[in-house]
Amino acid sequence: MARPRPEPVQVVKQRRDAALKALVEGVPYIGFLGVQFERRGDELTAVMPFDEKLIGNPLLPALHGGATAAFLEITAIIGLSWTMLWEEIESGAVDPESLAGGSLPRLPKTIDFTVDYLRSGLPRDAYARAQVNRSGRRYASVRVEAWQDNRARPFAQATGHFLMPRRDG
Amino acid sequence: MDDRKTRIAQQFMAALPHAKALGMRLVSMGDGRARIEMDYAPHLVGDPETGVIHGGAVSALMDTCCGAAAMSHPASPGGTATIDLRIDYMRGAVPGQAIRAEAECYHVTRSVAFVRARAMDDDEDRPVATATGTFTVEGG
Repeated sequence: MARPRPEPVQVVKQRRDAALKALVEGVPYIGFLGVQFERRGDELTAVMPFDEKLIGNPLLPALHGGATAAFLEITAIIGLSWTMLWEEIESGAVDPESLAGGSLPRLPKTIDFTVDYLRSGLPRDAYARAQVNRSGRRYASVRVEAWQDNRARPFAQATGHFLMPRRDG
Repeated sequence: MDDRKTRIAQQFMAALPHAKALGMRLVSMGDGRARIEMDYAPHLVGDPETGVIHGGAVSALMDTCCGAAAMSHPASPGGTATIDLRIDYMRGAVPGQAIRAEAECYHVTRSVAFVRARAMDDDEDRPVATATGTFTVEGG
């Protein structure tokens, strides 16, 4: 049986990257903190490059707990939205160009968010990954872990619950 | 606020680059209580569709306010760091309105300060968010 030829890899990558870029660049606060997302297949890693304005304690110096919390929450929301969007990006149901044009999907809303501060955030770049532990029609539960120099020594972790946007159909 | 308290408040905020970057203003701080305000700004928006401020910015406000309350408690001799912080988001803050947080450090041991806080926009009867957290007691 003849299978359709797979799409050229560049086309696939370009579609995924365009969708991710539109999702991330649509949120002003992500730009303000300077958070970026790196993608390997469907796996996202959030990166928060060090900046003076993220400092909370200049004597140590250490990242502000609020900057860390925001970084984790951003990672959770984008991770959850990405999981939600992935199927539609792959099937072509979502057009990255219309995403970039401003027709972004509604984002999940945070119900609650709990951050554990495991060690002080150093004045270095920080990384984080989210794992969606449950995603139902209305509610989702997401866990996030953030680290700096050493992946095995996270400096903060968080869990949060989110209200999923209503979807048409 | 008298001159001394004003000076302490200004020094506290100036010492926190992230709080300054978000435009936070310390309204009062003392006896285990703190109030901090943060104006609405377009770069703080988390939902481009509605213009509602990002939860992360509210978290930063809550963390700063809770930390200030913990530090200002008479039984807390020095600085503090967050151990954990939970935020419940009741509703989106109304776009264009400043957010005011007030925190109360309701218990302190030799090592741990227990703090709760709420955040309001212009409608003071319906909080935007509440928070509970634990903070380290340092310098004891």
